[in-house]
Amino acid sequence: MSILRATAAGLSDLLASGEVSAREVAQAHLDQIDAVDGSVRAFLHVDGERALAAADAVDARRAAGEELGPLAGIPLAMKDIFTMTGAPTTCGSRILEGWIPPYNSTITERLLDAGVVVLGKTNMDEFAMGSSTENSGYFTTHNPWDTTKIPGGSGGGSAAALAAFEAPLAIGTDTGGSIRQPASVTGTVGVKPTYGATSRYGVVAMASSLDTPGPCARTVLDAALLHSVIAGWDPRDSTSINAPVPDVIGAARSGDVAGMRIGVVREFGGEGYQPGVEQRFAEALAVLEGLGAEIVEVSCPNFEYALPAYYLIMPSEVSSNLARFDAMRYGLRVGDDGVNGVEEVMNLTRGAGFGAEAKRRIIIGTYALSSGYYDAYYGSAQKVRTLISRDFDAAFAQVDVLVSPTTPTTAFTIGERVDDPLAMYKADLCTIPSNLAGNCAASIPCGLSLDDGLPVGFQVMAPPLADDRLYRVGAALERELASRWGGGLLDQLATSPAGAYLKVGDGR
Amino acid sequence: MSADLLDFDEALAAYDPVLGLEVHVELNTASKMFCGCANAFGGEPNTQTCPVCLGLPGSLPVVNGKAIESAIRIGLALNCSIASWCRFARKNYFYPDMTKDFQTSQYDEPIAHDGWIDLEVDGETYRIEIERAHMEEDAGKLVHAGGSSGRIGDAEYSLVDYNRAGTPLVEIVTRPITGTGAKAPQVAKAYVSFLRDLMLSLGVSDVRMEQGSLRCDANVSLMPKGATQFGLRTETKNVNSLRSVERALTYEIQRQAALLSSGGRVHQETRHWHEEGYTTPGRSKEQAEDYRYFPEPDLVPVAPPREWVEQLRGTLPELPNVRRERLQAAWGYTDLEMQDAVNAGALDVIEATVSAGATPQSARKWWLTELARRANEAGVDLAALAITPAQVAEVQALVDAGTVNDKLARQVIDGVLAGEGSPADVVAARGLAVVSDDGALSAAVDAAIAANPDVAARIRDGKLQAAGALIGAVMKDMRGQADAGRVRELILQKLG
Repeated sequence: MSILRATAAGLSDLLASGEVSAREVAQAHLDQIDAVDGSVRAFLHVDGERALAAADAVDARRAAGEELGPLAGIPLAMKDIFTMTGAPTTCGSRILEGWIPPYNSTITERLLDAGVVVLGKTNMDEFAMGSSTENSGYFTTHNPWDTTKIPGGSGGGSAAALAAFEAPLAIGTDTGGSIRQPASVTGTVGVKPTYGATSRYGVVAMASSLDTPGPCARTVLDAALLHSVIAGWDPRDSTSINAPVPDVIGAARSGDVAGMRIGVVREFGGEGYQPGVEQRFAEALAVLEGLGAEIVEVSCPNFEYALPAYYLIMPSEVSSNLARFDAMRYGLRVGDDGVNGVEEVMNLTRGAGFGAEAKRRIIIGTYALSSGYYDAYYGSAQKVRTLISRDFDAAFAQVDVLVSPTTPTTAFTIGERVDDPLAMYKADLCTIPSNLAGNCAASIPCGLSLDDGLPVGFQVMAPPLADDRLYRVGAALERELASRWGGGLLDQLATSPAGAYLKVGDGR
Repeated sequence: MSADLLDFDEALAAYDPVLGLEVHVELNTASKMFCGCANAFGGEPNTQTCPVCLGLPGSLPVVNGKAIESAIRIGLALNCSIASWCRFARKNYFYPDMTKDFQTSQYDEPIAHDGWIDLEVDGETYRIEIERAHMEEDAGKLVHAGGSSGRIGDAEYSLVDYNRAGTPLVEIVTRPITGTGAKAPQVAKAYVSFLRDLMLSLGVSDVRMEQGSLRCDANVSLMPKGATQFGLRTETKNVNSLRSVERALTYEIQRQAALLSSGGRVHQETRHWHEEGYTTPGRSKEQAEDYRYFPEPDLVPVAPPREWVEQLRGTLPELPNVRRERLQAAWGYTDLEMQDAVNAGALDVIEATVSAGATPQSARKWWLTELARRANEAGVDLAALAITPAQVAEVQALVDAGTVNDKLARQVIDGVLAGEGSPADVVAARGLAVVSDDGALSAAVDAAIAANPDVAARIRDGKLQAAGALIGAVMKDMRGQADAGRVRELILQKLG
């Protein structure tokens, strides 16, 4: 059994039985990062020493007979938007270069408490703004399936790390699809929990009312194991929900969809959708129907306004959240020559430190909130947001979950959309409504598109606090497809000529 | 620095002032508005900070429930309606003392709104309408270093202390106040004074104006007498004492009147008050900054349950104006006497002195004359003097018992203030008791008669008013410690 090919759940058993040590597991992944990250470029920062020390600590606790949780000793790749003491946090932006946060995010704390071994921080579009990691201030991450393709974004680094077997678990944030869209294009599992189910404390904000941290993994069960560690009420986040975490692990183990009503969103298909994506989506529906689910079509007429509403609300919040990067207290400072005044230094720093997309959104948001335009832009967008929530409410009155392709196309080519922001934004067409409404959603691999051989994601959306349904549907689909394929989708990459550079073999 | 001013009376003969007052009150909660840091004045710079009040990336605010409670109690005391649901809003602007480059405040959904209070000034009652009282956080503090003035203009560099960042504030905003005429500055002062007393009695703030825990921004505009259309206003900031409120508004009324009467126009702007007695322009409001307010997405709405609000209403103390009426009736003060006592901030000390046994009139006399003078000289509040109300009552008791006269009583007070102990201790230690022993007095009278034969002769001739001169001589001889009444009797006996 290859350590790299193992799932987190599998590694957990190996660790518990003493077949491998946490150090061996960590070292294997650090070696893989050394071997392949030059091609994939998933990580902005790797701290091998720290990872090995954390692994040793887990091994010592286990040796001392301590009862450890299922993720103790499991390596994880952390999106570079979560604060962790002693590690740089850049959010993929030059403006935060060199900033070492003095505090841990709540999720970091929960991961460390669970004995998770953090390997390093992963690349992302600057401040989570983008769908390809091309907006990173440092470099672009490559899709392990085809290194000329984007790995999705903003959490492309986390998703690519999973697909390249550099880590069995990763963590991301989803503001408009930044967990699900990368999962979709890399053939991995990504879950955006219910807004408020996972704490935002210590997660550098892009759009506060939308940002949702969540788990990324190669299997549904692994995502559930991670979900149950990071979710739950946090008194340090006012918008955190004080409610029990649904039994996502039980749901992922059961995968029983018999009698479930599954609604297909009529508006998410047709023009603009790649035929290969639509084909795999239809096949997945048939699989679920075959497992006893009832498939119905549901209309959500206001979803077509989700993208424009999102591109007013999100930049409005961005324009305020990013104001603090003013060169006064941390990060980059440009032009502080003793002559330039405070505002001049701020202007020079922002000019040099923010990338084009960050600037674009700051400008759009500033405009949308300005007096005289507020009602027409921000105000109207909030109304649309309410209408979208009502569409969800009406739909969930009829069905248990909604489904759609996660993204209209498979991974596009690096550079293809950089000069066309609107084309880039469309990658999040199907994922954005759940951010606006705050419900939960996930992307599950459902095959390779026949037209380009790249992964296709199947999106499941469930009502707020019904995150367990995502895992139930996801596990059902995953199990059935794996039995047809003779393994997970990523096993196809691992054993294909295209994945030969990953050197993870068939592991069996 | 001073601009052209029109004589105040002339100004008021031509124009009606319209006031608008914004008062910031720093709440005295144990922790800050949105984090657990200590909310205390002073402290080594940047020691009372954490990721939240430093606005570090990723940090999030959580509302201090005690601050909401205080805001609601303030609102209730100002006869406001309390919102059943309201939100915080972000006020976006850049300033180096702002850690997030937005202030978490409230915008169109204040926690308290539409209230009023009645103020009495010179026997007239003025109703002040309260538009709103809302919650917000304070910014940090800039320290301008390297220059001679401590002002930003000639500083070499500036330091920022974020200890104050995140201090809970309640901002109380009036509706435009009209109809005050020449009393405008006094009404404004009385209003701020009312709020100060109110916050103290509510126990929600230390209201130390000198430390900035109560700050007033005073808006004023002028309109021609009889007009209804308000003029362009100025907002004078940094008005941080009661006296300054009155002075700054008087100055602004005179300045604006001079401008208007000479055909000029008032610039809508913020101005800064200088204790030397003038205002200077700050930033212009005509290129008004656009704060891009929007609801704070990091905080859930505040929805105080009705029952809680009613419970808080039950905790309101006696309001200052109600208390004033009650005390005036109990003490039998005239309106003028009461006003003096209020203006001197002496109600508490007088009340305590009366309850320690002094009559209301004697308590008033000591606190408003002798002790007020000393407090004034020392530049402190009456309550800060090193003499307690009980000791003042004891001094009066010594006077009533004839142990000391008024003049000696003042020396007793000197002794108490100098830390020489209780009034009785001071009398004993300084030997201040009045001498009414006939033996000692008789000898002194004899000596005075011998030294002033001509005066003695006039008294013998029946000119009894001349006795004063001899009494004076005796008092001088006995260094003021003679019982003047007894001396007079002895003189008349000996010469009668």
